[in-house]
Amino acid sequence: MTEIIQTDAVIIGAGPVGMFAVFELGLLDIKAHLIDILPKIGGQCAELYPEKPIYDIPGYPIITGQGLVDALEKQIHPFGPTFHLGEMVERLETLGTPEKPRFRVATDAGTTIEAKVVVIAAGGGSFQPKRPPTPGVEAYEGKSVFYSVRKMEHFRGRRVLIAGGGDSALDWALNLHPVASRITLVHRRDEFRAAPHSVNAMRARVAEKTMDLVIAQLVGLKGDDGQLSAVTVRGADQTTFDLPCDDLLAFYGLTMKLGPVAEWGLNLHENLIPVDTAKFETSAPGIFAIGDIVTYPGKLKLILSGFHEAALAAQKAHRYVYPDKKLLFQYTTSSTNLQRKLGVS
Amino acid sequence: MKAPAARDRRPRTAQRRPRPAEEKDDLDPMTKVTFIDASGESRTVEAQVGATVMETALRNSVPGIEAECGGACACATCHVYVADEWAEVVGKPSQMEEDMLDFAADVRPNSRLSCQIKVSEALDGLVVTTPRKQG
Repeated sequence: MTEIIQTDAVIIGAGPVGMFAVFELGLLDIKAHLIDILPKIGGQCAELYPEKPIYDIPGYPIITGQGLVDALEKQIHPFGPTFHLGEMVERLETLGTPEKPRFRVATDAGTTIEAKVVVIAAGGGSFQPKRPPTPGVEAYEGKSVFYSVRKMEHFRGRRVLIAGGGDSALDWALNLHPVASRITLVHRRDEFRAAPHSVNAMRARVAEKTMDLVIAQLVGLKGDDGQLSAVTVRGADQTTFDLPCDDLLAFYGLTMKLGPVAEWGLNLHENLIPVDTAKFETSAPGIFAIGDIVTYPGKLKLILSGFHEAALAAQKAHRYVYPDKKLLFQYTTSSTNLQRKLGVS
Repeated sequence: MKAPAARDRRPRTAQRRPRPAEEKDDLDPMTKVTFIDASGESRTVEAQVGATVMETALRNSVPGIEAECGGACACATCHVYVADEWAEVVGKPSQMEEDMLDFAADVRPNSRLSCQIKVSEALDGLVVTTPRKQG
């Protein structure tokens, strides 16, 4: 078993609100580890709209999603947060007592962290690969239908059908080309979003007839016991036909799913976590929730609301982390104590 | 400004006569959009000029539009099929929207992302169908 990391707070979700929670907790001497399923920080801001301007961040008349993430990263840097990226929290166990709770958080990558408080800042849930619109696809997942490549060797000597038109689809079509017995790329149109050099390389393989390109959309799967034998597709002329294959690699982007949050025994209301608006604590003492994933009367799904929620949650979190210390409210403008923590004093 | 409640009781229909110009509210003009779901059920709702078709669906609790990304043209979960008679007026998707449609299921020649269609007086009476599945 791997070592259990001990810390004050685990923040689930490294979007803007989870990131700002590091700041608010940090001012109160609460150290934090962040976990996010995406391989990068910033959540939706970085994944969905890095280039889009945001106009309602106080103090910034205009800032892009990525610009905000970069600024937040700089802002929380003095507090030395530890990021666990590309990991999904699978289990959240409560140890200790309601008065003095402790939590054990375990991810699908084997990371285990014990903390005095947990802050759920999971936004719309976790980003997960979008399933192809083929009925019964679940039965094949992990056996012959994949959304990422973990082991290239699995595909050796197999007929691999790759669906999609972006960089992931093209990169894997090219990388698996020498490994697989045959690569068939299926895309709905004869235009690709991928980098031009990948598209050119793919077209060269197709021209030399060592790779197949089929312009069509997936409509069904054929096979037995999780093993594909063919994928049924519909071409531009609306005719359907089967493409025999052993594996399907589908790259249809990401979608947000609530995911394991639903299994942590918290009260939920329409897939959102109800919280009180004074402490932003959930139905479980010591587990806080902030940002888009919470609900309360008047809740607005705005980044700025999440920032406010982080500040209030930190105040109550302090009572769990430092039960014997009195919390003195201080301003960063005037408190030398806070300024020392920020490294500006 | 909210439309009078009586309007809501109008029969739900895609066809409607154009309003005479003098009846139009210059400040906050309203038009109609009809959403037909995959099972054929039709809902006609008031749409504010300048809002997107996606926003119109959400404001009126029209099922079949998820809009996961909130209108950033970044998720393809507000996919609709524009009725044939409206296809030309609505127009074709931009390059960015066409790229995003790669992530939608069952894309057809009349596929659009409803967050990228702005309601206008020229689109009064617009009819769109929502797909069986979003994303």
